[in-house]
Amino acid sequence: MKIVVAVKRTLDAYVKVRIKQDRSNVDLASAKMAMNPFCEIAVEAAVRLKEAGVATEIVVVSVGSDKVQEQLRGAMALGADRGIHVQADDELESISIAKLLRAVVDKEQPALVLLGKQAIDSDNNQVGQMLAALCNYPQATFASHIAIADGQATVSREVDGGDQVVSVTLPAIITTDLRLNEPRYAKLPDIMKAKKKPVEVLTPAQLGVTLRQHLKLIEVNDPPPRKPGVIVGSVQELVAKLRNEAKVIA
Amino acid sequence: MKVLIIAEHDNLVLKSATAHVVSAAHKLGNDIQILVAGHNCTAVAEQASHIEGVSRVLLADHASLVHQLAEAVAPVVMQHARGMTAILAAATTNGKNLLPRVAALLDVAQISEVISIIDASTFVRPIYAGNVLATVQSSDPVQVATVRASSFAQAATVAAPCAVEKVAPQTAQNQSRFVSASHNTSTRPELGSARVVISGGRGLGSAENFKLLDKLADKLGAAIGASRAAVDAGYVGNDLQVGQTGKIVAPELYIAVGISGAIQHLAGMKDSKVIVAINKDPEATIFQVADYGLVADLFVVLPELEAAL
Ligand SMILES: Cc1cc2nc3c(=O)[nH]c(=O)nc-3n(C[C@H](O)[C@H](O)[C@H](O)COP(=O)(O)OP(=O)(O)OC[C@H]3O[C@@H](n4cnc5c(N)ncnc54)[C@H](O)[C@@H]3O)c2cc1C
Ligand SMILES: Nc1ncnc2c1ncn2[C@@H]1O[C@H](COP(=O)(O)O)[C@@H](O)[C@H]1O
Repeated sequence: MKIVVAVKRTLDAYVKVRIKQDRSNVDLASAKMAMNPFCEIAVEAAVRLKEAGVATEIVVVSVGSDKVQEQLRGAMALGADRGIHVQADDELESISIAKLLRAVVDKEQPALVLLGKQAIDSDNNQVGQMLAALCNYPQATFASHIAIADGQATVSREVDGGDQVVSVTLPAIITTDLRLNEPRYAKLPDIMKAKKKPVEVLTPAQLGVTLRQHLKLIEVNDPPPRKPGVIVGSVQELVAKLRNEAKVIA
Repeated sequence: MKVLIIAEHDNLVLKSATAHVVSAAHKLGNDIQILVAGHNCTAVAEQASHIEGVSRVLLADHASLVHQLAEAVAPVVMQHARGMTAILAAATTNGKNLLPRVAALLDVAQISEVISIIDASTFVRPIYAGNVLATVQSSDPVQVATVRASSFAQAATVAAPCAVEKVAPQTAQNQSRFVSASHNTSTRPELGSARVVISGGRGLGSAENFKLLDKLADKLGAAIGASRAAVDAGYVGNDLQVGQTGKIVAPELYIAVGISGAIQHLAGMKDSKVIVAINKDPEATIFQVADYGLVADLFVVLPELEAAL
């Protein structure tokens, strides 16, 4: 069974984002970048399926500028067998990314496509579901457990009220939630080996995809600041303030 | 200008989030329709018909829709998408699961977690865990968006219902199948809509200790939330996680106990009206957003607080 994993290069989760002075966009010029944490979980899930003998090949794909090859190498150091870099603008919107990934799915014919549930920069939470629609595949989003048997994936999903288990017929799309697994770190020899693994570079034209722009970013802003708070000295003072000043308790 | 709203419900009860989405819909059109897709869900359609400003409720009641799987519901939405200028749902796990699938079928973009609507094609939404607000303008003929319920008022209820129209869904699909669900059966208010939320973090130390928050929550009629660290450590279930990847809450009062205030947690609660933080570390980031901070050992002050209320 072949697995395709889609990974995105994003700002490191623990770095504070800054916006450009002219407010046209966020400023990533010298920011520390990393693989989107949910994508790391997706890669880990694929590697575990290969270790368990369920998967035979892992193809990792990323859409963006040449820099995304860093994340492809990172994923290959963790166990992916080869990479596909789809050359495009880093700011591409979800529907366009989904179209490019669909073309990759058409070409590779995997039994399973793993994606993160959400990119921590755009916080969109869309590409997996869109890809499922474009491929006409079933989708199991927000996965916290995956079991594969008899051409089916049985997936626990983290939903608002608790957990839901669904079974989807392969080929299928699964998006990963935080508690699916804890990604491993790459070992130095594996990082060296990953440098020799093949990466295919493709353009949207080569994939036969024409894109159009749907959304325009008008401006970005800092969220309104909260007014400064106070440190209270005791529980009594806290309760008094909540009652008499904030008037939020009776 | 027609707007279609996908109802958030469990076949019995219409969730209040839908009434918040109706308020948002008013900024996009004047003919607001609610689609209730489910099974044996007539009561939900009835409840939806009493929301002020709704002109019609479409009831797609069919066994294949009972679990509201996206593969089954998306085609039903597509049956009614024609002529709509916007298709909206609450930014719940259901809404997030469904609407991108619908948008892709319509070959349009989807706009997630809208917190403000500037005009019929211009929206404000948080990115980077709410550290940046992006204003985006769409050139699509139909706006497909999920709406953050807490950012819009809840539409009122009216005595006279609008019409409920039964529609025949075309839903045959065998791609996905519901297996089981385990639901949190708490009697507390729902986290997303509670007036008061008390959240615990790793500082609570154990599942046993986490129960210390119960009595306080009882006294305040509060919902209970948690940080990711508390969920990961198994103190409480994942459905209580507040944050970038959990639930977004904006109650009147949010009390954070033993939570450090990582940006991913703040993303889920920093729009609360009043924030109280209890943490023994005076340097904890949570104090930067707290209106009232108490630097103390939670095990000492929680019993005191309970007694004082
Ligand atoms: C992609 C991604 C998504 C994430 N999504 C979320 C999310 O949705 N929600 C979320 O919450 N986190 C999320 N996180 C995790 C986040 O970064 C933090 O790790 C997490 O919020 C920390 O939880 P905490 O504050 O409970 O634990 P800690 O950071 O360990 O803080 C515990 C606090 O308790 C205090 N404390 C300890 N003992 C006591 C005591 N006796 N009395 C008083 N105070 C005490 C300590 O001083 C400390 O400040 C995400 C992370 C990533 C990478
Ligand atoms: N540029 C990209 N290249 C490859 N995969 C992507 C890209 N953008 C998003 N994805 C995938 O889609 C998931 C969800 O992203 P999003 O819908 O943007 O929040 C990510 O975790 C990735 O798996």
